[in-house]
Amino acid sequence: MRDFWRRFRRNKGALVGLAVLAAVLCLALFAPLIDGGDPWAMVQRPFLPPFELAHTLFGTDTLGRDIGTGLVYGARVSLMIGFVSTVAALVLGVTLGAVSGYYGGWIDAALMRFTELFQTVPSFALAIVLVAIFQPSVGSIVTAIAIVSWPPVARLVRGEFLTLRQRDFVEAARLDGQSDLRIIFVELLPNAASSIVVMASLMVATAILLESSLSFMGLGDPDLMSWGFMIGAARTVLRQAWWMSVFPGLAILMTVLALNLVGEGLSDGLNTKLGGGRGNAGL
Amino acid sequence: MNRTRFAARRLAQGLVALLLIVVVNFFLIRAAPGDPAAVMAGEAGAGDAKFVAQLRQQFGLDKPMIEQLGLYLGHVALLDLGQSYRQQRPVADLIAERVPATLLLTGSAFVLSLLLGITLGAWSSSRVGTWSDSLVTTVALIFYATPLFWVALMAVLILSIKLDWLPGFGMATVGQNLSPLGHAIDVAQHLVLPAVTLALFYMAIYARMTRTSMLEVSRMDFVKTARAKGVPRGRIWRVHILRNALLPIITLAGIQAGQMVGGAILTETVFAWPGIGRLMFEALLQRDYNLLLGLFLFTAAMVVLFNVLTDVIYTIVDPRIELR
Amino acid sequence: MPASDPVLLIDGLDICLPPGGDRPLAVSGVSLTLGPGEALCIVGESGSGKSMIANAVMGLLPGPQVRPTAGRIRFDGQDLLDLSDLQMQTLRGRRIGMIFQEPMTALNPIMRIGDQIAEVYRSHTDIGRRECREKVLAALADVGLPDPVRLADSYPFRLSGGQRQRVMIAAALALEPALLIADEPTTALDVTTQAQILKLIRDLQRRRGMALLFITHDFGVVAEIADRVAVMSQGVMVESGPARAVLDRPQHPYTQKLIAAIPHGQSGDRAPAMAPTALLELDQVTKTYRLPGGREVAALKGVSLSLRKGETLGIVGESGSGKSTIGRCVTGLTPISSGRILFEGTDISKLGPKGLKPYRGRIQMVFQDPYASLNPRHRVGSAIMTGMLMQGIPKTKARDRAVELLSLVGLGPEALERYPHEFSGGQRQRIGIARALAMEPELLVADEPVSALDVSVQAQVLELFDQVRKKFDLALLFITHDLRVAAQMCDRVAVMRAGELVEYGEGSQVLHDPRHAYTRELMAAVPRLERSAS
Repeated sequence: MRDFWRRFRRNKGALVGLAVLAAVLCLALFAPLIDGGDPWAMVQRPFLPPFELAHTLFGTDTLGRDIGTGLVYGARVSLMIGFVSTVAALVLGVTLGAVSGYYGGWIDAALMRFTELFQTVPSFALAIVLVAIFQPSVGSIVTAIAIVSWPPVARLVRGEFLTLRQRDFVEAARLDGQSDLRIIFVELLPNAASSIVVMASLMVATAILLESSLSFMGLGDPDLMSWGFMIGAARTVLRQAWWMSVFPGLAILMTVLALNLVGEGLSDGLNTKLGGGRGNAGL
Repeated sequence: MNRTRFAARRLAQGLVALLLIVVVNFFLIRAAPGDPAAVMAGEAGAGDAKFVAQLRQQFGLDKPMIEQLGLYLGHVALLDLGQSYRQQRPVADLIAERVPATLLLTGSAFVLSLLLGITLGAWSSSRVGTWSDSLVTTVALIFYATPLFWVALMAVLILSIKLDWLPGFGMATVGQNLSPLGHAIDVAQHLVLPAVTLALFYMAIYARMTRTSMLEVSRMDFVKTARAKGVPRGRIWRVHILRNALLPIITLAGIQAGQMVGGAILTETVFAWPGIGRLMFEALLQRDYNLLLGLFLFTAAMVVLFNVLTDVIYTIVDPRIELR
Repeated sequence: MPASDPVLLIDGLDICLPPGGDRPLAVSGVSLTLGPGEALCIVGESGSGKSMIANAVMGLLPGPQVRPTAGRIRFDGQDLLDLSDLQMQTLRGRRIGMIFQEPMTALNPIMRIGDQIAEVYRSHTDIGRRECREKVLAALADVGLPDPVRLADSYPFRLSGGQRQRVMIAAALALEPALLIADEPTTALDVTTQAQILKLIRDLQRRRGMALLFITHDFGVVAEIADRVAVMSQGVMVESGPARAVLDRPQHPYTQKLIAAIPHGQSGDRAPAMAPTALLELDQVTKTYRLPGGREVAALKGVSLSLRKGETLGIVGESGSGKSTIGRCVTGLTPISSGRILFEGTDISKLGPKGLKPYRGRIQMVFQDPYASLNPRHRVGSAIMTGMLMQGIPKTKARDRAVELLSLVGLGPEALERYPHEFSGGQRQRIGIARALAMEPELLVADEPVSALDVSVQAQVLELFDQVRKKFDLALLFITHDLRVAAQMCDRVAVMRAGELVEYGEGSQVLHDPRHAYTRELMAAVPRLERSAS
């Protein structure tokens, strides 16, 4: 653990990313405390430019709603949808990938064909179709994002398992009489965990991008104020109110960037040691 | 395995994938709000009764599900994707007339992103650890993390609205009578912003991947062999490292070429580029589900096509394919 | 020794290691000379710094953290350490050639063989396309490769390891360099291929009168090829001199220890009193693998063997002979295609996972790679105890037994709480043995258990095997590619080739009076200390 932190810390970008992420997380968790307003309420005249009034620092939109309040509540939506859909995609992807990689043979072939099929379909178009058909809501958005994001997880876990299962310690476990389930969860999964964690951090980032793109296309949950929705609403009034699209865009950019940086730091911190520490065998 | 057989097998797999997508599409039509006939006729529940009845008969909607599926597959095979009610025209025709614009946009963005991305990635990997490497890595990361539609909006805001350098709306200037050459120049001007915007995100992907891949290959044994033979540094980077590093990029580019059609949805929406992405946005606004699903089927077919093409290209560049 | 100027003169060479390593210098104060036409072997165990010297001469050290910090390397009348990388580049491949250990990865996978050799000519000369092609074909023919025309247009994946190593040699010698550096060039090869490659290198070296710097860990190879030898330990050259003299009368204690540790190939005096009935019997066992393309490969073609309690049976063969498949079939890790495997008279090959369960603990296995046989995420204690816990042994009792076993293999109880990466290769193999013994097996299958270890460690682990075999009255199925190891360890030896048993009998008989031509070929291929290099 100490080693992990030492390597993570060496990556300056990862530290910055972690700080930004922590800030966004606080914003999301304590949204009502930070900004008591209702993101849908009209608080000022429409098209109020930013930095003119202290309590509507980021300006107002076409209906006089506070952009700042929208940003704070948008953090909630983005992070929540990002995390939930990633967890769902992980459950699906890890299960299929583990089964595929561990058993190999025709099970692997069949599952990988299935996975390839999902990878073939253009993910954004599929997400749009799913959300449009099943009507926009948090549930349909999370489901759609999970459905388009699990294949890379499955492929990653399968790849890891394919190499890991040939390691002698797995054979040793079989000779011990351990069950397949135990071998998968106790022997193999911990060895694949670091790559899964790294991938998960990048998946949250991608999920946030996907959610904002869907909302931008008008497929967001109509009850939730999200960054993508705010930009979508600003599109037609770009000429009159630049601030309506600039601030939510920066918020997405910073959050996604932070997640990517943290992902790189995690990769630095986790991936090196676990090769078995052959040390300087290459001397 | 022999190369032609490999390519043929991949083509067969692609067709199976396409078939499955058609089946999924069939069920999605039934999952859409409202009666399938009405969906196929256009907006849910609002199609005129006579037309709906005609469709119902045409697609055999009163028959058992499996028979309906058979009929549907037959129609799709003949490129009949039903009607768009809102536009009062066959879906296939609507798509067909939008394809050239999308191909122009994605094609130029694809070439641009691939060239720029590989060049930048290769350049920074040969200078790993220097400030120029950090610069490329950072820029690539930023474009990778920025929502495509927002980059597009910012491009319109700054380069088109504020500075008025380039047009940011549509594919051609409306209401002008131009010579063929003038028209081409006009389209090219309109193309710059959407193509560059779309290319930036993919460029970031290629740059990152090329850099990682080249660094990986540069640590391989055969690179050391080449150095031991006294091969000049430049040739080692070009012939040994870059060529091997490009193999995974080809696979990635094949996948991304298809996915780019998805990215084009956002770009075309922002720039009002009259391609199939914009058509998809219009279908969404009008809740024109049949048109939406037809477009989905079309983009999926494009992806399958690109994947098969990639595999064919791969058999040419990697001799080891015979082992697979 | 010719009195002419040395080709290569290394004087007081230091090479630094990155800070935080186990020692500050990889190589410290090494001096040696190499005359024209002379073959010098640098011999040492892994981590001794021997390859560093070779890479330093080539200017191929990974730098800047690993670089020469003192001394000089004189070649062609100049100090190589003073040269720029560009100047070194003109020497590499032209005046100094080098070949490496891993032929499978040393060639560019997507470049034709002919082009990879032609690159040497293109980089250093201005010869035309046609002349270049002719030279490439001649170079391929020169290293004994058949059908050079077809080969030059092939990609590396079509070639075997031995053929690839010949291609590497052809490329390294293309411009007739004054010095050839060979860094463990035969370590990754089978013993018969190794013999051929060694002969090729020796012949070419004699014929062209070039100097040879040969890095190896194997004293047998030294005896085959070296005029002089330098012994490295922990970055320091502890002994050097004429090969014969060092091999016959090693002066330094480290050299003495290394030479003593080499498997001597003499069967020990074993008590032949063994149980009358067989513990394990293989009866016409076949195993056929089906490849994805539908092709079938026969790994075992009707093998029959038997093993009694307290007996050691060696299975010897080269890679692909099917020797490891036998081990996997016996332990039940791989199902057999036909035949019977009898354990105490019961056919265990037909039992499902459930039926096999009572036999799980009674047949255990020690694996080849000590780095892969322990789960890097699990503590050593859990690795040893899991099997016992699965059998329902109470935790405290399992722990006591684990401590007992660790002390048996020479490790303290504190090892229980540590992770595998904190141990050396030899220690890990000891842990692997303790893990296998935890289930109180009657049959132990050891698949190449010492081939990944340094020779001195190898001797200790072999000693440990012998010790536990006696202590627990084990039947030991010992799989190895090394005839010397087999001779030393085994009562009876079975020689495998291409899935068939070509010879099967008493250890001393098989090894000293082999009946089958293949066994004789194998025996002849083993590099031997006794034989002089001439």
